[in-house]
Amino acid sequence: MERFILFTVNGFAFGAIYASVALALVIIWRATRVLNFAQGAQAVASAYVAWSVTDATGSFWLGVLAALVSGLVIGALVQLTVFRKAESMPHLNAVIVGVGLLILIQAVLGMAYSVETTRTIDAAFSSSKWQVAGTPLVSPQDVFVLGSVLLVMAGIGYLMAKTPVGLRMRAAAFAPDTARLMGVKVSRMLTLGWAVAGLAGAVAAILVVPTSAELTPQVMDGVFVLGFTAAVVGGLDSLVGAVVGGLGVGLVLSYTSGYLSSDLLYPAALVLLIVILLVKPEGLFSAAQARRV
Amino acid sequence: MNVLRSSTLLRNLAATAIFLVIGFLAVYSVDEYTAGTVAKLALYICAALGLTVLVGGNGQISLGHAALMAIGAYTMAKFLPSRTDDFGQVSIGVIVVGLILAIAVTTLVGAVIGVAAARLRGPYLAGATLALGVAVPGVTTYFHDTFNGEQGLPIPVPRLPASLESAGWTIGHVVALIAIACAAVALLLMANLKRSAVGRHLAAVRDHEISAQLCGLSVPREQVRAFAFSAATAGVGGGLLGLVIQGANPHSFGLVLSLSVLGAVVIGGLGSLRGAIWGSIVVVYLDLILKDELKVDPNAPAAAYGLLLIVVMLAMPGGIQGLLTRLGGRLPRRSAQPQGGN
Amino acid sequence: MKTTIGTGRVARPGRRTALATATLSLALVAAACGGPGGSGGGGGGGSVPGVTDDTIKIGTTQPLTGPAAPGYSRISKAMDAYFKHVNAEGGIHGRKVELLIEDDGYNPTTTAEKTRKLVQQDKVFAMAGALGTPTHTAVLDFLRQSKVPDLMVSSGSLSWNQAEKYPNTFGWQTDYFREGKILADYAKKNVDGKTYCSFGQGDDLGADGVKGVEQILGGDALKAKESYSPSNTNVAPQIGKLQAAKCDVVFGFMIPGFTALALGTSAQLDYHPQWVISSVGADPLSLKAYLKENAEALTQGVIAANYLPVVGTDDPWAKMFTDIHKEYNDGAELDYTTLHGYCMAYAIAQALAAAGEDPTRESLVKAIQEGKVSAGPSPTPYAYSEDDHSGMTGSYISTIDKLQVKPLTKPLVTDDADGAVEEYDGEAEEPPSNGVPE
Repeated sequence: MERFILFTVNGFAFGAIYASVALALVIIWRATRVLNFAQGAQAVASAYVAWSVTDATGSFWLGVLAALVSGLVIGALVQLTVFRKAESMPHLNAVIVGVGLLILIQAVLGMAYSVETTRTIDAAFSSSKWQVAGTPLVSPQDVFVLGSVLLVMAGIGYLMAKTPVGLRMRAAAFAPDTARLMGVKVSRMLTLGWAVAGLAGAVAAILVVPTSAELTPQVMDGVFVLGFTAAVVGGLDSLVGAVVGGLGVGLVLSYTSGYLSSDLLYPAALVLLIVILLVKPEGLFSAAQARRV
Repeated sequence: MNVLRSSTLLRNLAATAIFLVIGFLAVYSVDEYTAGTVAKLALYICAALGLTVLVGGNGQISLGHAALMAIGAYTMAKFLPSRTDDFGQVSIGVIVVGLILAIAVTTLVGAVIGVAAARLRGPYLAGATLALGVAVPGVTTYFHDTFNGEQGLPIPVPRLPASLESAGWTIGHVVALIAIACAAVALLLMANLKRSAVGRHLAAVRDHEISAQLCGLSVPREQVRAFAFSAATAGVGGGLLGLVIQGANPHSFGLVLSLSVLGAVVIGGLGSLRGAIWGSIVVVYLDLILKDELKVDPNAPAAAYGLLLIVVMLAMPGGIQGLLTRLGGRLPRRSAQPQGGN
Repeated sequence: MKTTIGTGRVARPGRRTALATATLSLALVAAACGGPGGSGGGGGGGSVPGVTDDTIKIGTTQPLTGPAAPGYSRISKAMDAYFKHVNAEGGIHGRKVELLIEDDGYNPTTTAEKTRKLVQQDKVFAMAGALGTPTHTAVLDFLRQSKVPDLMVSSGSLSWNQAEKYPNTFGWQTDYFREGKILADYAKKNVDGKTYCSFGQGDDLGADGVKGVEQILGGDALKAKESYSPSNTNVAPQIGKLQAAKCDVVFGFMIPGFTALALGTSAQLDYHPQWVISSVGADPLSLKAYLKENAEALTQGVIAANYLPVVGTDDPWAKMFTDIHKEYNDGAELDYTTLHGYCMAYAIAQALAAAGEDPTRESLVKAIQEGKVSAGPSPTPYAYSEDDHSGMTGSYISTIDKLQVKPLTKPLVTDDADGAVEEYDGEAEEPPSNGVPE
């Protein structure tokens, strides 16, 4: 039982991290029908910004702020420079552009930050678990991670559903021509969507890097794949799906690592993905029909 | 010439012969190290040919092709006798049988994956194949007794006939020749496939599923077929990679390989068989030239590769072959050769 | 782009097909008559590949990019710095040592390519200090076929000690199996704990280490055996299982990043077993870089094996390498990963020197097998003989105290089989005055 609690809490904590990556992917997918393979690498770039600022100023929270701002800026820049053109191309072209950008960003980070230095980003709060009746339960950092992700989800959901900007963004995404006729600056709205996704990615990076021994250009690779899995499991169109997908993936993987073997982490993600997609080919939170074979 | 013009098969045979001759001459005239790079090029071509048929010819995507290549390599490792003699060599015939087995097993697995893939659309398929691609190391570690974990399994090399050895040939040259021959066969089969009814079915499904259905085609069946074809060439490509590095191990078949082969397909020109060749040349030799000749920062080749992918995709989505075709289109036509990728 | 591709060996199919058959037959004739043109070198006369009158060329493959680079790129920098020092002192038998470092990104395919390049194109005399188990495993057969000496492989896998199968390959650092035995022997005699468990990397580092522990403690002595995969930093499920099994002594076979994660995660779970870890993951400076202000508290009292001289004491070897480090490297505080690079480079230099005034590949292998490589900076002697190609025979046990290595025992030696763990009483060697082996 003690173990079950640990695995469950751990599953939620890591699931929230996958969810944060999934959220960023879903935002962009909703806005521009592009799957951004560079999302993880962009987030790492934000993490390096955070590290640099914290290293220079000594302030953790200034670093976090810088990461969030840089997430917005990088997201917008990426859309303006490469994805604006790729958006109008077939899905595959945008996928390849994303892969290219991923490779490019990692290589540039590798050149800019020498491997001689070990870089780490602290957890925002203590990771020591509160004990309840002698059983380690949750840590402040666990709460922070889960809270941040729910906040991002709720914030973006509110932005999209309840604000004029959100309305314009949705209009630009779903009916660009009509939106343009109504005076919506469609391209600006799309850029904004990418910027918001960049922000969500930066949040993910701030949550991920402390769970890893150090900050490297590749630090998000595994998390990105699992976040991607979460987004697909949840259905790419749904913010709630991203979070549910993330938590679900987190739990399944934590139980797999705990009860079977940590070797089976990625195979388990694959099995989960296949099973869900065979039942619901467009993810849990989509209404689309299954294609029949 | 008239016969050549009218018969696709003959024309493809001739093209394959040229490929073989040039490949063999190239191997013949270079040193052992360069022969190794030719072998790598040939195995990339094999894998890229199938992937371009899947992605460009049928409109599906695979981000985990390296997993299929791994199946080819592990099949070779499991089938070929583990090295017992002094140098772990087996006769060329045994290697060929091993490669055929690699193709068979990989095709089978590819067909199974294809059944699942046929239910998925673009991004969902991308996600599923990505997850497939990263699952390989975990599987080999968990089933340690079968796959020997991270260190992987050894694959023997072809035994060099004494007459060849005395003439100065090396194992590296022989491996390169085998790889070139495999690439030539793959080229021939894929070229014929593209021009056959099956190839047109695949393209019809890519271009418009509903119209294809109206014409009586089963969309999923064509998609499973495409996956199986691409798995077959991935299997032989993986088997060849196993021969080149004399083993099958999870690290060699990671995401980097999946993305490299996909990159070759894209840079060369999606859906074009010739493009698969150009793209493979760029992917294989770009890194070598930057690192070995120019001695740039160790990260620079990756940066250049990433940039190249972006630029090609945005500025010339038809890839190198698209560019060649456009350039060719400006020149006066000399003959009535059919257009399009061979 | 096209012009840079080079030999242009692949034709555009489908044109000029009439020529094809003619060319094909020509090629076949040519193939039947002669050998491949460009494969010269190597065989001719009495010349030794990679050796000239004033230089000797050796090669190594190292991860300079990719996920393994942050931990290990320091090793090749140290090797490079040491050979710069050797060359400044006049080289070995008057020959400057040229060390060619190739980046393999810890990808075995790249290792295979780069090793081929070093052997076939650069024609190195020997491979030396190539890093990594999966990476170097991929080139063992190639190096055997090419008859290239393969010295001091930088990994503690048992694979390098297969003298019969791979007569030119030699291990160097104490292997994971020996370290497992030594750690277990120490724990059995000196640590108050009843429930033994293990936590190791899911490759030969973990597997061989655990085998070593079980060799001493018995096959079912470990109550829980957990492992991790380097691609997944979430180790809480495994640590939680160790905690639930009430393990009070945990043998750890981890790389430094995962030692940091394991120590941090256990502390978060308020779980404080006695960690007994192998040398690979025990460098206090690396742990300090990962754990920062928590490092001292988390690492205090960790018991570890160590096969290198102690830094920061009056050990003459550590002093010598610190000086070289200051002069030829970045001069940052000397950590054990870097020291590994220096000591390994020294052993390579010893082997090159022992190969004689006119070294050949055969004389090099023979010199090592005849035991001409003395322990030097290594606290324990090398096992090298004709049928034993493992390197160092043991380690001393130390504890981490205020982020410093404090030795607890004399050097302990053992074998790769069921032999006992014994104290080594040999005299420590003095370093040569100019830092270059005779």
